[in-house]
Amino acid sequence: MARVVVDVMLKPEILDPQGQAVQRALPRLGFEGVSDVRQGKRFELEVDGPVDDAALARIHELAESFLANTVIEDFTVKVEDEKVEAGK
Amino acid sequence: MTARIGVVTFPGSLDDRDTQRAIRLAGAEPVALWHKDKDLKQVDAVVLPGGFSYGDYLRAGAISRFSPVMETVIAQAKAGMPVLGICNGFQVLTEAHLLPGAMLGNNHLHFICRDQKLRVENAGTSWTADYASGQEIHIPLKNMDGRYVADERTLDMLEAEGRVVFRYVDVNPNGSLRDIAGITNEAGNVVGLMPHPEHAVEPLVGSGRTDGLPFFTSILKKLVTA
Repeated sequence: MARVVVDVMLKPEILDPQGQAVQRALPRLGFEGVSDVRQGKRFELEVDGPVDDAALARIHELAESFLANTVIEDFTVKVEDEKVEAGK
Repeated sequence: MTARIGVVTFPGSLDDRDTQRAIRLAGAEPVALWHKDKDLKQVDAVVLPGGFSYGDYLRAGAISRFSPVMETVIAQAKAGMPVLGICNGFQVLTEAHLLPGAMLGNNHLHFICRDQKLRVENAGTSWTADYASGQEIHIPLKNMDGRYVADERTLDMLEAEGRVVFRYVDVNPNGSLRDIAGITNEAGNVVGLMPHPEHAVEPLVGSGRTDGLPFFTSILKKLVTA
């Protein structure tokens, strides 16, 4: 078992009103000095078996065709440490 | 023979019955299609109705795009079958890459429901022949994710090729780039728009206008002459 994380973010040129709403709330909460916030999505995939190149390639394809819409979003795929629960 | 127009029901579709009714009022035969069926029951055209298919989870229209019925709809649309996507149906069409660009949350983050003024920019598609180019119409608009976006190159291409079919007039209700309310594919058989023509087909209902009915009579004329 391993965990693969797919992070999806709106492309920089796409307006992110959710992120802006969060950013505008920050001064009211006493947080100063944050000039921009952008909100994305994180997918954690628990994968059976080894995460070899073939498995990663399939996850990349999944991210590109389904988890992200590449017309508006960028994504990254990374393998997390296999013992994710340890240390918590 | 009466034209048969399919209306797909996905889990979460809301406006499938209204769409069937609009088709019947226009004089065609509505055919209910189920999202799990690959078979289109020999329909002449398909409408993807409004609603919140698969709860809009992930992104609006993203999960429906992979439903069995869409496999056939995508293949048939590419072969020239007329397809109309209304609201959530428009979102499904962009997710399926039958139409360029993408739909995002409204720029003000609110659900919006209003009687919307539109200008028909292209009366040459399968679904707009009974309008006149430049004609202004009022039909209801209701959505959460109605902000049409595409990169500058795509927007310029759509404008140059006359593929912007409808534009918002007076008010841009959701931050759509270049006030775009609806677009078509290169061949003109696939059209998507955010406002709801199927809710403006009877004078007793809503604003009292029937500005949406020509969508459904346009396609009839197209199928009869085809």
